[in-house]
Amino acid sequence: MTTTTVTLKIDGLEVTVPEGTMILKAAKDNGIIIPTLCNLEGLSPYGGCRLCLVEISGSPKLFPACITPVSSGMEVTTKSERLTEYRRMAVQMLLAERTHICSVCVANDHCELQSLANQLGVDHVLFERKWTNLEIDSSHDFLVIDRNRCILCTRCIRVCDEIEGVHTLDLKLRGKDSQVIMDLDEHWGSSCSCTSCRKCAKVCPVGAIYIEGEPVSHTKHKDIAEFITERRQRKWKR
Amino acid sequence: MNLADIQKIAEQEVDFERAYKYRINVCCSSGCVPLGAFKVLKAFEEAVKEFGVEKECKVAKTGCVGTCSVGPAVVIEPGDYLYQNVTPEKVREVVRDHIVLGLPVKGMLYGNPAFFKKQHRLVLRNAGKIDPTRIQDYIAMGGYSAIVKCLATMTPQGVIYEVATSKLRGRGGAGFPTGQKWGLVARAHGKPKYIVANLDEGDPGVFANRTLAEADPHAILEGMLIAAYAIGAEKGYLYIRSEYPLAIQTLQRAIAQAKSLSLLGDNVLETGFKFDVELRFGAGAFVAGEETAILASVEGCRAMPRPRPPYPANSGLWGKPTLIQNVETLANIPIIIQNGGAWFSKIGTPRCTGTKCFSLTGKTNNPGLIEVPMGITLREVVFDIGGGVPEGRKFKAVLVGGPSGGCLPDALLDLPIDYDSLTRVGAIMGSGGIVVLDDHSCMVDTAKFFTEFCVDESCGRCTPCRAGLARIKEVFAGITEGNARMEDITTLEKASVYIRDASLCGLGQTAPNPVLTTLRYFRDEYVEHIRDKTCRAGKCFKKEEKGVEQ
Repeated sequence: MTTTTVTLKIDGLEVTVPEGTMILKAAKDNGIIIPTLCNLEGLSPYGGCRLCLVEISGSPKLFPACITPVSSGMEVTTKSERLTEYRRMAVQMLLAERTHICSVCVANDHCELQSLANQLGVDHVLFERKWTNLEIDSSHDFLVIDRNRCILCTRCIRVCDEIEGVHTLDLKLRGKDSQVIMDLDEHWGSSCSCTSCRKCAKVCPVGAIYIEGEPVSHTKHKDIAEFITERRQRKWKR
Repeated sequence: MNLADIQKIAEQEVDFERAYKYRINVCCSSGCVPLGAFKVLKAFEEAVKEFGVEKECKVAKTGCVGTCSVGPAVVIEPGDYLYQNVTPEKVREVVRDHIVLGLPVKGMLYGNPAFFKKQHRLVLRNAGKIDPTRIQDYIAMGGYSAIVKCLATMTPQGVIYEVATSKLRGRGGAGFPTGQKWGLVARAHGKPKYIVANLDEGDPGVFANRTLAEADPHAILEGMLIAAYAIGAEKGYLYIRSEYPLAIQTLQRAIAQAKSLSLLGDNVLETGFKFDVELRFGAGAFVAGEETAILASVEGCRAMPRPRPPYPANSGLWGKPTLIQNVETLANIPIIIQNGGAWFSKIGTPRCTGTKCFSLTGKTNNPGLIEVPMGITLREVVFDIGGGVPEGRKFKAVLVGGPSGGCLPDALLDLPIDYDSLTRVGAIMGSGGIVVLDDHSCMVDTAKFFTEFCVDESCGRCTPCRAGLARIKEVFAGITEGNARMEDITTLEKASVYIRDASLCGLGQTAPNPVLTTLRYFRDEYVEHIRDKTCRAGKCFKKEEKGVEQ
């Protein structure tokens, strides 16, 4: 079987990838890392965090690399002054949105938001920070959710729905008040659909969902989604 | 029922109407009903009997004529005498003088003929003239003759060509060429194809689509029928907000009537063409009016926009090709088919043809619903049709395009209203809201108000809109309470530009418009607020009890 390929330029580098590949993946496969928070290989793309925005020559608009498929002759710029500025702005808005205090966070040093802030050189937050006081649910035997640390990337919701297949997690309310809930807004401990598979804790980019009593460095395992998806597609033979 | 029967119904109805010398149209749409329109209607029915003129007068309940501020409004034909503020007590006098003696009651007539002079009613051609609850009224006005023409004499490609020739652009706000969109859906692979008519008019102070649905529901249905014929769809969804109970009722009745005349169903007018319309109700989210969010909502999901591509034309409802059109666009279609695309393209400006309905509100003498040709200037709308600013106050700004529109100063009053000119100055056509502000309005406060609206209505999917707008709202709180620094203006500007460029859907991309335009045209007011802690309109710095924060 032959797949049609597309040739395009990413940051001046000419790359050839199968048709239908998203820019983010095409870049990653060729050693160009575009920052992202909501996207995770193996899960459906979400396009929410807006960190992977890239420029495509010929258009004044910005395109999210995670959901923009490549096309022939495309010239993609992943690093520019404007993009860096916008990425820093996104990180600052996320940091200001809820209670993010690295020093008392379980995910300190293993947090994607924190490392992004470091990489992008965000040393101060432009906005007044909002100290939210949302519910922390530790009613489950070992899974804990601290909604104050949530960045609403919905990785947990998608992994629960698409990989585990139970759809225990979903969102309630809208806008800045959105919160991740279990079943019909029940306590996690009394959720009847949750299989306690821990996948949500494994893919959470921050310290919002974690496993009590275990170091986050051991429990974060974000490749799980890609691993299971590829396994199901029988990409590898026994 | 077949094609010829429609013509017969029209002839019968015209004969029936001709038997009456006078027609008394009582506006019974959402604006006039709370003011007692039904009582007025009843009083008219009784009064014509009392004077023994019921054989000469037909009393009809109709839709809106546009003068919502002087309701209940009553129009007596012939002559189009518009009576304002009619109460049941005054009805006897009107019937006695006007009908029996033939002398219109001068003191009660609407006093601003200028309101109608510059209007051009195409979409609202039947509004206030027909009874929206009777399909025969619509047919008598030439209704459903366009779909008959399509089915009998035109190919689907011919219909698309006609619409493309008219250069009609989508009235939902973005202004995408309608003919081009139809072509895309018609060519798209996949069956079945769907149509979604968008009547989710969530902007505060905008009521054009509601009025259209209440006054002329069949025009929307006929537009959907023609679109379905052109693109090959068999099923249409009419998405309407639950906050419009009267419009829902009117549309439900209209759909039932159309079905009974086999204008909708498995065999439309015995031609083998199949099309059905189902109503879908919104649950009160502003963002559900966005093109991809409405699809999610029709499917029964959370109204959250999704990224495009894929565009709905290729992958819309349940992954099938879907045509999404605002109801105002659809209501234009029958007249384009009847009169030809070339005729339509001569109205308005060469790039933006036709007319646009606007809800004119705020500090204006003649608030109401207007329909004007594209290219009319803001000055004509505000001062000629709107009659200027009341109580001798000074005009300050006009907000065009609803909560995500732009505040334009008097220097831009001679701007022609069309998609491109508005975008150039930082406003949008949007859903067609025009709010006039006088010198009692504080521009900082206005921008803050609309930002708060968008914060509440953001769906929460993307960072800029969800987290960014909430931050802007806090900066505004600082400015209007006196805890701000000059740097905050830069912060506002930077964050707004970021939100505009980086947001996922139209809501986020346009939400900073009021902030950016007030910063552009009224920056000195921001400076005054921050430096001098004064508000020239006296709106800000009031000590209010702070609400409990969530």
